[in-house]
Amino acid sequence: MGSGNSKGEDKLPTEHKMRARIRALTDGAATGLAVLSTVLVVAPLIAIFVYLLYKGASSLNLAFFTEIPKPEGELGGGMANAILGSAILLGLASAIGIPIGIGGGIFLAEFGRGTKLADAVRFTADVLNGVPSIVMGVAIYGLIVKPQSHWIPFSGHFSAFSGGVALGIMMIPTVCRTSEEMLLMVPHAVREAALALGVPNWRSVLSITVKTASPGIITGCMLAFARVAGETAPLLFTALGNQFWSTSLNEPIAALPLQIYIYALSPYDDLHRLAWGGALVLIVLIVLAVSLVRYVTSRGVLKGAS
Amino acid sequence: MTRIRFQQSLEDLKENLLVMAGLAEQAIQRAIEAYRVRDLSICDLVSRSEIAINRLERDIDQAALDLLAMEQPMAIDLRFILSVIKINADLERVGDAAKSISDRVRSMEQMAVTELPVDIPKMASLATEMVRKCLQSFIDGDAEMARSVLSMDDAVDAMNKAAYKALTKVMEEQSHIAPQALNALMISRSLERVADHATNIAEDVIFWVQGADVRHHKSVTGGRDPQAAR
Amino acid sequence: MGVGIEVTNLNAWYGTNHTLQDINLNIPANHATALIGPSGCGKSTFVRCLNRMHETNPVARVTGTVRIGGLDIYSGAKPVQIRRRVGMVFQRPNPFPTMSIYDNVAAGLKLNGYANHRVLDDIVERSLKNSALWDEVKDDLKKKSGASLSGGQQQRLCIARALAVDPEVLLMDEPASALDPVSTSKIEDLIFQLKSQYTIVIVTHNMQQAARVAEKTGFFLNGRMVEFDSTHKIFTNPSDKRTEDYITGRFG
Repeated sequence: MGSGNSKGEDKLPTEHKMRARIRALTDGAATGLAVLSTVLVVAPLIAIFVYLLYKGASSLNLAFFTEIPKPEGELGGGMANAILGSAILLGLASAIGIPIGIGGGIFLAEFGRGTKLADAVRFTADVLNGVPSIVMGVAIYGLIVKPQSHWIPFSGHFSAFSGGVALGIMMIPTVCRTSEEMLLMVPHAVREAALALGVPNWRSVLSITVKTASPGIITGCMLAFARVAGETAPLLFTALGNQFWSTSLNEPIAALPLQIYIYALSPYDDLHRLAWGGALVLIVLIVLAVSLVRYVTSRGVLKGAS
Repeated sequence: MTRIRFQQSLEDLKENLLVMAGLAEQAIQRAIEAYRVRDLSICDLVSRSEIAINRLERDIDQAALDLLAMEQPMAIDLRFILSVIKINADLERVGDAAKSISDRVRSMEQMAVTELPVDIPKMASLATEMVRKCLQSFIDGDAEMARSVLSMDDAVDAMNKAAYKALTKVMEEQSHIAPQALNALMISRSLERVADHATNIAEDVIFWVQGADVRHHKSVTGGRDPQAAR
Repeated sequence: MGVGIEVTNLNAWYGTNHTLQDINLNIPANHATALIGPSGCGKSTFVRCLNRMHETNPVARVTGTVRIGGLDIYSGAKPVQIRRRVGMVFQRPNPFPTMSIYDNVAAGLKLNGYANHRVLDDIVERSLKNSALWDEVKDDLKKKSGASLSGGQQQRLCIARALAVDPEVLLMDEPASALDPVSTSKIEDLIFQLKSQYTIVIVTHNMQQAARVAEKTGFFLNGRMVEFDSTHKIFTNPSDKRTEDYITGRFG
């Protein structure tokens, strides 16, 4: 280890110590930066949640979850109809966005690989993803709300249906692209195993490949769901919002983000409090919905499977 | 070319076997020289080389076993190693035969030299020629030369049988030289054994080179019925 | 019962790459036949031509005839039908990760429409017994996933899965190369037992394995079949110098 020169042997230990100290400092600095970044990322989330809790918890009572808003000027009331309305809108949006998105993902990953059509579909999805949500609302307004036509369902007026369609279309790109990615990650060996058993290609895709990729596909769906659950702008031109109970697809319907928006802009403090409560409830409900889906799907997974 | 170390090991094995072969060939030649000139000091040389031959036999067997276990030899390499193991054993027996002849020479030391109706030198030269040829065929990997050795065995067998007949007659009719006759008979038998071992070695060479098992094949001797030689 | 395979003038291309050239050979029924050769010699491609799996590559092309049990698999029949008669086991075990052991074995049948549970139970049990895995997994059939088994067990599971559809031929592409020696021995013993019911073709780069397992061996080199003979002949005294050079390790 030491060189023959006695002078060199003296120098070596000190140099070693210095280098070791520098290394330790660098290591500490890097770790510190990593921790700082994590804090910077998580802090706003926590701050928002804590602030919402602070501002909105007080307005959460039974009435909030069971009553509809009172007429202008009256105190009290709740956002029950908005919660229900959001559920209906998101249900319709999922029914539109998830099947089309997954279908597109399957096409892109399994049947259209390398074709120009697949390239076009992928490009379209990416563009659609970038469309501002308010533009989507205006577009659906023009396509469904405004025209009076027999061929277009629920046309001619504001409706829950048009709101669901707008949100559904916004879900498609996310679901489609993550489905494609997840399907591509299924190892080629698994597909080969299915084909070698004499299983037709379409059956192998559906029963084996899609099933193997399903955890990832479900995550993609939940990402899309969480995104559109909080969208307000598209609903301005489609679902419009509703003061009263409504479950009909043919009529305007209330939605949590919409209601929050309307209350926040109103001049009454009472309604402001309700808006805070609504914001808190919205976030909590999204988290709950995602967790529920995770729990339900993990129950079906076997011991040891990925 | 891959497996260079293995190829080198095969070469080394062949070299060691040839060293042993040289010792065995030399032992036979010395034993016969001892018989010719009745020189006991040559008998000592034969005894000593027999010890060296035995040691080499163990070493070669060990080396061959190692190669079989460690190198998974196939086809020609496998046949070669198998042949080496068998030739090894035959060469050791040749060394034993040489020692046996030199022991006979020692016991004949005290006896008077007499004329006997058996041509030991002729048998000896045939047997040593067979040994020389079979070893040459091993060195060259020459199956044709090996086959020519097979056909020489009959002549030696015939001479041995004739010697047996003649010498037993001598022992019956001239009992005063019975000891010499008996010793000569044993020497003749040793030489016949040497010829057999040379034949075995030749058969092993053919197996190695051509993958053909020609053992116990009477047809290669040219169709001569060994029974007729009696 | 297994059937024989007759290959006549088989040529295969991947794009412009002429991977197999003029292959002719007869694989005997109810025997194990080994295919050996250096990397890239075409033996895997050849085996994939026997169950039309090479067609999963869009630029693959084949000419010539392959008769399995007398039927030319390239004229008339669909690949899916052929693959139900000719099973395949791959180099790396590939059980379906989301399925239980039971479902893995039954996959070939379930995905083709069979649903009778009692029949499936019998077939699963029989296949697992035939692949020497039954005793190790019989208590966990539906509880454990296929991917939770060890490597050697996974490969036997894949064998059971292939056997469940009752093929006549079993193709094995280096089935033990990813396994430890004990698992390898188990697979080799298995092949020995399976020979009496199926025709087995095994691609291997391990010559000792070919020697242990197969009655006949074919040596492939650069897309051609150089020699096809009894395993004993190939490994003790092959006719072709190239074969001898390969198996003695002088090249390759």
